Amino acid sequence: MRARPLLTGLLVPVLLVAAWQAAASAGLASPQALPSPLDVLLRWWEYLAPPEAFDPAQSSRLGWILSGELVGDALASLYRVLLGFAIGTGLALPLGLLMGASDRAHRLLNPLFQVLRPIPPIAYIPLAILWFGLGNPPAVFLIVIGAFFPVLINTITGVRHLDAVYLRAARNLGAGRVTIFTRVMLPGATPYILAGARIGIGTAFIVVIVSEMIAVNGGLGYRILEAREYTWTDKVIAGMFTIGLIGLAIDTVMSRISRYLLRWHQELER
Amino acid sequence: MTAHIVVERVGQEFRSPGRTVVALRDIDLTVERGELVCLLGPSGCGKSTLLNAIAGFLHPTSGRILVDDAPVVGPGPDRGMVFQEYALFPWMTVADNVAFGLRVKGVGRAAARQRAAELLGRLGLADFGDRYPKDLSGGMRQRVAIARVLAIDSPVLLMDEPFGALDALTRASLQDLLLGLWAELERTILFVTHSIDESIYLADRVVVMTYRPGTIRRDLRVDLPRPRDPSSAPFNEIKRELAELVMNEQHRQEAAERGGAARD
Repeated sequence: MRARPLLTGLLVPVLLVAAWQAAASAGLASPQALPSPLDVLLRWWEYLAPPEAFDPAQSSRLGWILSGELVGDALASLYRVLLGFAIGTGLALPLGLLMGASDRAHRLLNPLFQVLRPIPPIAYIPLAILWFGLGNPPAVFLIVIGAFFPVLINTITGVRHLDAVYLRAARNLGAGRVTIFTRVMLPGATPYILAGARIGIGTAFIVVIVSEMIAVNGGLGYRILEAREYTWTDKVIAGMFTIGLIGLAIDTVMSRISRYLLRWHQELER
Repeated sequence: MTAHIVVERVGQEFRSPGRTVVALRDIDLTVERGELVCLLGPSGCGKSTLLNAIAGFLHPTSGRILVDDAPVVGPGPDRGMVFQEYALFPWMTVADNVAFGLRVKGVGRAAARQRAAELLGRLGLADFGDRYPKDLSGGMRQRVAIARVLAIDSPVLLMDEPFGALDALTRASLQDLLLGLWAELERTILFVTHSIDESIYLADRVVVMTYRPGTIRRDLRVDLPRPRDPSSAPFNEIKRELAELVMNEQHRQEAAERGGAARD
């Protein structure tokens, strides 16, 4: 970003934070309802910084830097998101290609998925706890469900929307079923698949926070709920900002990956 | 000369509820080895349907099609197809598009790339191997599509209005390119077009088809020496004759469309 758009983009947030600080300093809201931005920032630093002084005998430099509570929480949440997303996508992608390519597979499986799809992943929480207890397994299970459907639906759509002329050209050039699957249908459907993956990882990120609030003793979702119990509002808000920043980072990475994978795509040229 | 493509009493009907369209009826056509034949007619006359049947994308309702004495049962690389809409795989580079048919056949990556580079060089696209189709103009894309079917060495080339979407100058230059390749490589070419000039400029024989039902109205041999001059008297004599036939079919098509519209 150049300097000018960056400045323009910062204008509204800076004004908002300034107004917030002014309101807090003037005592318009109790610190328990809305702590000042400065308090939130200090709390965020405390949450982020390593709890103890650096001791070479105890840990490496990097290990020490990462020993803060926030870092541990963020890594735990991120791990669950990525694992669940990888499993969900790993299941949805081949199934979606199959259902997109074969009418029979579509007729066989689509009714089931149409019934399951409207159930929000959050609604699986009681079942997830009954099946998997507490901790990572139920959380990852919920994330798998959250990531699965957007990728599945978009993969099916992507394959079905593929211009039939590509399939005819591939068959004309002598391609068999497997080649058509891997070198025509899959790449041809990537614009849709990536759009689905982006929705899927967004859903996964929502689901991880909720499931940590209910079924896990760790991660960002757990931490902000815990902070509420102590009425540490500044820590709640610091945690929320952290969640927002990580969400933004994930989306940025996804969009970079999309842009690379779709470098052949016409519509990206603007 | 020997028969390369034999079409025997082929009929093709498309049924939809309450309506049957006879796209082809009793088509008999023989294309000799090494011949360049144009199928000419207005849109809806079944010329593309016939080409698709020969390519193996359609199974005719009646009759049979033989290529090299063997019945056509499906699409295959012995009958390379060039589509009007190019049909290049947009997610592959130009070189990968050209190499695709070779890779499918089991040719190694390096050898396929080398052959693709040779063909792209021949077609004046040497510097574009690493680009994607979206970076190319229509004329360049169609040259890539031609390189792609040349790569698989199809003895038969089926071309479905390949130059129909191009501007007049690009079209003329690709026509000459095609004639050059044809003279050199001795392929059998079946070329669908609705341009009378194009058919006379290219073909050994122009086959005029009728609007529904699609039948063969006239099978005209063009005996002019190449390169042909579209402004010459004999060229225009043939053109007059073909124009009358084609415009007749065009009017039937328009009348049918008006009739259809009136019924709705």
